[in-house]
Amino acid sequence: MISPLEARYHRRRVPLMWWTRRRSYTKFILRELSSVFVALFVVELLLLVRAVAHGPSAYQGYLDTMANPALIVLNVVALAFVLLHAVTFANLTPRAMVVRLRGHRVPSRVILAGVYFGWLVVTAFLAWLVVR
Amino acid sequence: MSDQITLRVARYRPEEEDGEPAFADYDVPLRQDWAVLDGLNYIKDELDGTLAYRWSCRMGICGSCGMMVNGEPKLTCATFLTDLAPGPVRIEPLDNFPVIRDLVVDLTDFMHKLGQVKPWLIRDEEKPVEEREYLQTPAELADFKQFSMCINCMLCYAACPVYGLDSNFVGPAAIALAHRYNLDSRDEGDRERLTILAQPEGVWDCTFVGECSAACPKGVDPAGAIQQAKLAAAQEAVKSLLLPWRSK
Repeated sequence: MISPLEARYHRRRVPLMWWTRRRSYTKFILRELSSVFVALFVVELLLLVRAVAHGPSAYQGYLDTMANPALIVLNVVALAFVLLHAVTFANLTPRAMVVRLRGHRVPSRVILAGVYFGWLVVTAFLAWLVVR
Repeated sequence: MSDQITLRVARYRPEEEDGEPAFADYDVPLRQDWAVLDGLNYIKDELDGTLAYRWSCRMGICGSCGMMVNGEPKLTCATFLTDLAPGPVRIEPLDNFPVIRDLVVDLTDFMHKLGQVKPWLIRDEEKPVEEREYLQTPAELADFKQFSMCINCMLCYAACPVYGLDSNFVGPAAIALAHRYNLDSRDEGDRERLTILAQPEGVWDCTFVGECSAACPKGVDPAGAIQQAKLAAAQEAVKSLLLPWRSK
């Protein structure tokens, strides 16, 4: 039950474009939006797997479709967003994870270096798989 | 440099017929040693005694004088007029809270949430007084000390768009305080607090905008605390899934 005093409160509504009011908010919304492009890459990967399973002609068809200039532009944009997603995600790791070694807290920079090193190792492994 | 600065202050007087919020301009002396709060006190004492706002300690400890200064959540006792010159300086009540009058907001919602997360030491069994106090090493203190610096000034809630869009979110300061007790070696209340923190409106509502930590005038990192609490909640969920006999 709202008291007579509360009934006279002024309640402000968050404007629809609240995320344009501050740079950090805009950056945050772009990071949220980047998830859509991460999903796009996942769908493209699944389609690739399906094409490979359907044999060489399906695979060639997939490659031809992906060579469409419009799709290439879309994928370049998507890559930029996925990189933004990955880099911001990696950079936040030290704040979310407190790692202890022999009773001492591992400094943020070391955790960050570990995350990027891990990323590099996985990337190198995938690159080796693709080009060998 | 001019010796005056204009403060554009949000006024809301619900008892008046046309009670819509509006801005009023006041010219106050621009002095080297004056914070925004000194300007407001000058208005109250010399220009318009009807202005309502909260303040107390004038030294960044009490957490009463938080307001939006030029759209940013700030402690008005720690924000200096000379840094805002030439003005005008826009002063509004803290975002995301209902306004009672002028610059005064209602914090009942936060007080309720603060109680919910049980920000005190919980023990399974209290030691008898004869067994002395619960000792703690400096390293154990360092684990939670930064989270204990919170002064409940609500700047983090005003900075948090998630809380602005959905006031059911427990919010940065309350979760940071819960985390402070969870990290305390003397405390055994993690599971009790988890029932609040692990709810959808608890830690999982947070999308890590990070503005709460940027706004904090005491160097607390509530955004970090929430992510660490997410990790703890997830680990607890996996543990209770794999070892169901362990959970109560």
